[in-house]
Amino acid sequence: MIVELGHFALVLALVISLAQASLPLWGAAKHQLGMMELGRGAAIASFVLVALAFAALINAYVTSDFSVVNVVQNSHTDKPLLYKITGVWGNHEGSMVLWVFILTLFGAAVAWFGGNLPPELRARVLAVQGMIGSGFLLFILFTSNPFLREIPAPANGQGLNPVLQDPGLAFHPPFLYLGYVGFSVAFSFAVAALIEGRVDAAWARWVRPWTLAAWCALTIGIAMGSWWAYYTLGWGGWWFWDPVENASLMPWLAGTALIHSSIVVEKRDTLKSWTVLLAIITFSLSLVGTFLVRSGVLTSVHAFAVDPLRGTFILLLILVAVGGSLTLYAVRAPTLKGGGLFAPVSREGALVLNNLLLSCAAATVFLGTLYPLFLDAVGGPKVSVGYPFFNRTFAPLMVPLLVAVAVGPLLAWKRGDLLGALQRLWAAFAAAIVVALVGLYVTHGGPVLAVFGFALAAWVAGGALTEWAERVRLFRAGPSESARRAIRLPRAAYGMTVAHLGLAVAVAGFAGSAFEQERIQEMRPGDVVSMAGYNLQFRGVEEVQGANFSADQGDFVLSRGPETIAVLHPERRFFPLQQQTTAKTAIHTNFFADYYLAIGDPDGKGAWAVRAYWKPLVPWIWIGAVIMAAGGMMSLSDRRWRVGAAQPARARPLAAPAE
Amino acid sequence: MTASMRRLLFVLPLFLFAVLTGYFWLALESGRDPHDLPSAMIDKPAPAFSLAGIDGAAGLSRRQLGGGVVIVNFFASWCIPCRLEHPLLMDLGKRLDVPVYGIAWQDKADDATEFLKQLGDPYKRVGLDESGRVGINFGVYGVPETYVVDKEGRIRLRHVGPLTEEDVTKELAPLVKELGRS
Repeated sequence: MIVELGHFALVLALVISLAQASLPLWGAAKHQLGMMELGRGAAIASFVLVALAFAALINAYVTSDFSVVNVVQNSHTDKPLLYKITGVWGNHEGSMVLWVFILTLFGAAVAWFGGNLPPELRARVLAVQGMIGSGFLLFILFTSNPFLREIPAPANGQGLNPVLQDPGLAFHPPFLYLGYVGFSVAFSFAVAALIEGRVDAAWARWVRPWTLAAWCALTIGIAMGSWWAYYTLGWGGWWFWDPVENASLMPWLAGTALIHSSIVVEKRDTLKSWTVLLAIITFSLSLVGTFLVRSGVLTSVHAFAVDPLRGTFILLLILVAVGGSLTLYAVRAPTLKGGGLFAPVSREGALVLNNLLLSCAAATVFLGTLYPLFLDAVGGPKVSVGYPFFNRTFAPLMVPLLVAVAVGPLLAWKRGDLLGALQRLWAAFAAAIVVALVGLYVTHGGPVLAVFGFALAAWVAGGALTEWAERVRLFRAGPSESARRAIRLPRAAYGMTVAHLGLAVAVAGFAGSAFEQERIQEMRPGDVVSMAGYNLQFRGVEEVQGANFSADQGDFVLSRGPETIAVLHPERRFFPLQQQTTAKTAIHTNFFADYYLAIGDPDGKGAWAVRAYWKPLVPWIWIGAVIMAAGGMMSLSDRRWRVGAAQPARARPLAAPAE
Repeated sequence: MTASMRRLLFVLPLFLFAVLTGYFWLALESGRDPHDLPSAMIDKPAPAFSLAGIDGAAGLSRRQLGGGVVIVNFFASWCIPCRLEHPLLMDLGKRLDVPVYGIAWQDKADDATEFLKQLGDPYKRVGLDESGRVGINFGVYGVPETYVVDKEGRIRLRHVGPLTEEDVTKELAPLVKELGRS
C-alpha cells in the first residue's frame, strides 16, 4: 500500500511540476502576480510529494518488502540497516529518485528563501526548475519505475554488490548529486536572465550562493569518491581518470570557473554573457555526466543496468535542456549589455585567466573521456585514452593556474600593478624557494616534479596568506588596528583565503604521493617488516564473522622504536551470497602520512601476502578538499548574500539548504 | 569584430552541442547494446604481440593464440568493473573448457600481481601490457574487455565491459561450443 502511495506521489509530483513549468512563465510574461506566485506553492508541493515517494521507497528497503522488484534486486534481510537505506540509491531507479528529490529540494529552497527576488525572476527560475523536474519525473515513471511489484514475492533479495557496502560509497552519491543538481539553480537563473534579457550585479549576487553551495557539495562528493577508491582498492590509488570520475570532475571545473566569473559580474558588471554561458555549461556537464553513466555509452565503474531506451530518453532530455538553453543564448545573449572595460593586468584579467585555464582543463577532460566514442562513431580506428593522456595534458594547465592563484587576488580591479603584486609576494616566493631547496635536499634530488609541486603549494599558500596580511595591514598598522581589520573583514574574504589554502594543502598531497614507499611480501606470524622508520609485526590471522560476510582478519602491531603506535586489522572479506571477496584495508594516519596495510591470500603453509605502504602527505589530498569546501561555506555565510535586496526585513540565509 | 561575426560567436556553443549530440546519437544507434560495440578487428587475425609475464611467471604472446579456441581478457588493477566480473572469470576456463589468458592493460607489474593475489588468479597465463599498445592493436577501448579467438587465431567476439552470468551463458558458451565443433 505504501509502495503504491509512493508511486502515486511521483505521478502527482509530475502533474504539479508541469504546472510549475508553465503557469509562472505565462504569469511573468503577462505580469500577473497570482500566476507567478503559483510557482512557489508548486515548487514546495512537488518537493513534499517527491519526499513522500522517496520515504516510501526507503520504507520498502528498511522493511525488506520483497514484493518490490527494485528491493529484490538490491537488498537482502541480512544486510546491516545502514546499507539497506543506502542501497536505495545504490541502483539506477533509486538513484534517479534521489536525483529528483534533491532537484525539488533546491526548487523548494528557491521558493522558500527567495523572498528578496523580483517576482518575475523568481517565477521564471521556478518555471525552469519545474521543466527540469518534469523531464526527470517522466524519465523515472516511463523507464525507471522503482515501485514495480513482483508477485509472488521471493523469500529473499539478491543483495547489494559488496563493493558498494561501504560508508564512503554510501554517502558519496548524495553529496555528488547535491553538487550536480545544485548547479541546476544557476542554470535556471541563467535561462531566466536570458528570457528577461537582463543580467546585472544583483543577478550575480542571487546566483552566487546557490553555485557556491553546489560547488561545496560537489567538492566533498568527489573527495569522498576518491577517498573510497583509496582505501578500498588495496594499493592506495586515489584517482583513475575513469569516465565516471571525469563526469564529476568536468562540472566541478566548470563550476569553479563559474564561482569566479560571477564575482566579476557582481563587482564589475561585466563578463555577463560568458558567465551565463558558463552556468549553462556547468549544469549541462552534470547532465552529460548522468547520461554517460546511465546510457552505457561508456563503460564505467558503476554497474547500473544499461537500457538503450533510457539512454535515448536521457539524450532527448539533454537535447531539450541544453539545446533549448543554448538556442536561447544564441538569440538573447548578444543583446546583453557589456559592462566596464578593464586592462589585461587587473583582478578581472586574472579571473578571466582563471576561467580560461579551468575551461580548457574541463575541455581536455571532456575530449579525453569522449574521444574513443567520437572515433568509434565514425568507424575510425580504436584508441584508448588512459591516465597517460590526462597526466600530460591536465598538469600543464594546472601549473599556470596555480602560479596565477597567488597573484590574482593581489591585483586591483580595472587596472592592476603586476610588478607591485609580485613584489608584495616576496614572502610567498621565498617560501616556495625554501620548500624546493629543502625538498631537494631531503629527497636527495628525488622526483623533481614532485618537489616542484611542493614549491607550488608553498607559493599558493604564501599568496593566500599575503593577501590576507595585506587586507589587515599586518605589521604595518599596529596590532590593534590589524586585529580590528581582521575582525571586520567580510566572511567572503576569509572564504577565499581558506579555500586557496585548501588548494595548497591538496596540491602538497598530490605531490607527496610521489614519495610513497612500499613493502610487498609473504609474512608468517612473528615476522617484522621495517619501512620509513616504522616496524610492522604480524601476529596472525583470525576468522571473524560480519553481518553478511566472513573475514580473515590480520593482526598487526605498528611500532616506532620501543613505542607501540597502533594495532592494525586489515581484512579479507568473503560475501557468500554474491560469492565475492573484497579487501578491507587498515590505515593508520597521523595526518602527515598514512601507514596503509592490506592483506592478501594465504599460501596454505602459514604465510600471508601482505602489502604495506607508507604514504607521506597523501591524507592532505582530502584534508585540502575539505578545507576548500569549508572556505566555500564560509563565503556562503557572508551577510552580503542576505542584504541589499528589496525586502531586507525578510532577509534569511540563502544558504540554508547546503548546511 | 563586425556585428554579424559577433552574432556567430554566440551561435557557436549551440553548433558544437549539435555536433556532440550527433555523436551521442550515433553511439546510441550503432550499438543498441553498448556492450556489443562492433570491433574493426572482428573475424580478422589477432594482432602479433609478445608480452612479459608478471610475478616471475611466463608471459603471453601471439603463439599461444590459435590452435584451439581461447579467451583473452583485458584487465587492470586500477579498474573497478574488473573486480565485478572477477568471480565469474575464476571458473570460466573450467566451465567452457578453454584456456583463459589475461592481459594486464596499462598496469604495473606489482599492482597486477597484487590484484591477482588478492582476488585469485583465474588466468592460465598473464601478459603485461604496460604501455597499452597491444590493447590498442586489439581495439581495446577500456578495461575490462574480453575476446574469443578461434582455432585459426581470428578474433570472433569482442565483449566490452564486465562479463555477467547472462553474457557467459547466452554469448560466450554457445560461441565457444560452436567454434570448438567446426
